[in-house]
Amino acid sequence: MTLRNDPSADPVILAHRIRKHALEMTSRGKSSHIGSVLSMAEILAVLYARILNVDPGAPDDPERDRVILSKGHGGAGIYAVLAERGFFETEKLKDHYQNGSIFSGHVSHKGVPGVDLSTGSLGHGLGVATGMALAAKRAHQDWRAFVVMSDGECDEGSVWEAAMFAGHHRLSNLIAVIDYNKIQSLAPVAETLALEPFADKWRAFGWTVHEVDGHDTAALEGALKTLPDDENRPTVVIAHTTKGKGVSFMENTVLWHYRTAQGDELEAARAELAACDPEVRDA
Amino acid sequence: MRDAFIAKLTDLARNDPRVVLITGDLGFGVLTKFAEDLPSQYVNAGVAEQNMTAIAAGMAMSGWKAYTYSIANFTTLRCLEQLRNDVCYHDAPVTVVSVGGGFSYGQLGMSHFATEDLAILRAIPNMRVVAPSETWETEDLTAELAAAPGPTYLRLDKGQGGVGRRDGEVARLGKARLVRDGSDVTLISIGAILKECIAAADELAQKGVQARVLSVSSLKPFDADAVLSAARDTGGIVTVEEHTVLGGLGGTVAETLLEGGVHPGFFRRIGLTDEYPTVVGDQAYLRTVYGMDAAAIAATVRSAL
Repeated sequence: MTLRNDPSADPVILAHRIRKHALEMTSRGKSSHIGSVLSMAEILAVLYARILNVDPGAPDDPERDRVILSKGHGGAGIYAVLAERGFFETEKLKDHYQNGSIFSGHVSHKGVPGVDLSTGSLGHGLGVATGMALAAKRAHQDWRAFVVMSDGECDEGSVWEAAMFAGHHRLSNLIAVIDYNKIQSLAPVAETLALEPFADKWRAFGWTVHEVDGHDTAALEGALKTLPDDENRPTVVIAHTTKGKGVSFMENTVLWHYRTAQGDELEAARAELAACDPEVRDA
Repeated sequence: MRDAFIAKLTDLARNDPRVVLITGDLGFGVLTKFAEDLPSQYVNAGVAEQNMTAIAAGMAMSGWKAYTYSIANFTTLRCLEQLRNDVCYHDAPVTVVSVGGGFSYGQLGMSHFATEDLAILRAIPNMRVVAPSETWETEDLTAELAAAPGPTYLRLDKGQGGVGRRDGEVARLGKARLVRDGSDVTLISIGAILKECIAAADELAQKGVQARVLSVSSLKPFDADAVLSAARDTGGIVTVEEHTVLGGLGGTVAETLLEGGVHPGFFRRIGLTDEYPTVVGDQAYLRTVYGMDAAAIAATVRSAL
């Protein structure tokens, strides 16, 4: 069963579950990057509920769409969405960051079905996805390569090597989604290495650019569901997001790139997520 | 060696449509025929080796057998993390081909000297490290490596060891080649600097010193048995590499002997000491300048005996 044909999946509910899992996982492991997971919850949810031709029953199908989380520090998010979509049991998420676990803080594919590339060092995902897209084109296969990137990783020169290559080779089966939450490790993106005019950079490299509200699941789905929409260009979806989205005191702060929720902060975050739980609210 | 490799790879690619050669914009004149005859199996990634290696990894994870191609430091050190994280951690069938081992590009200066590559690549898990000494070894090993795809570093030298194939002789991954037997000392070399060991053995023979010569084309996997036997059967060990003495052939042999519990009569490493070569010249000239030519090898043996 490919996930994009599953009418029962609701991206809003899935995004909420990703947030709840990620909060518990990072809290239990006392690990970082909750802000980076919260900002991309809708991106992962829409991909795995509506867009990707992947099958949890056949995670290595050679004709599947490939998915790379290039912002590997958001590992809790990809593990959460894979578990929610049936690649493995959600119970296993409790192992995240624990001694002896295969669920490392940064994404590792070893023993984890559904992970196409181990990441964690930034700037690798787009190049490998580009190679995958080229492989499909040269073999006359129809599958696509998706890569979810962070804004901060666009500081890496390797990102722009791949961007230039993909534009030159007209890899229309390559789709990048950038979680543009505007905050990187130590400071806002604009104060670190300014990316703007960001969309123009991608256009100049030969890409089709969509800009959407990265927390609007309908807008994300609208941008992603018909891709590729140009047979001669790769596509980037610049998803404008809020770092820490969903927990008020985490939103738009540098602090919650590394801080882990414990004690009162954990309780407060749980309460805020519970208050906007779509499964409760809509019941 | 380079031309022999390309010829063999072209044969392999004609018979396997999933072989892809990805160059970092190098190989003028050398890759032309491959590119013309097999355009769907050829990619020029441009002067962008990180991306070249990432492309190779992505293709290799998608059913292709990828070969990256450039001058030594560009396919290795420039994109080391792509090799470590993307190729080797995923055990992807990528063969990293470097032309210009050691001082092959001796007139081009430090940027083009491949003198740390063996040690660095050897440290990466899953990576096989291969440096043939002859054209015919290159052909054999290229075919053997292609038959068992996996992350591989293939270092090609401009020079030649100069020892022709004997009847029935085949170069094998993980096997050292006994080029000459002797009991007083064993000279162990990697790559085409074998030529200097042969000449040193000739020179020593004139003084009555019988040197065994072992040629190592495969640093990883490594032929520990051949080295342990050499330490038991001969008076001492001298390693010779056109490379730093830190962590390459000399380091591998030393580790093998100590862990194998075999203490050679004496042990010397010939190669670059911990320094940047700043002099330029042809390969033979630089071997002399940096103390790794036949005369230097013979002198080291005589002083150790």
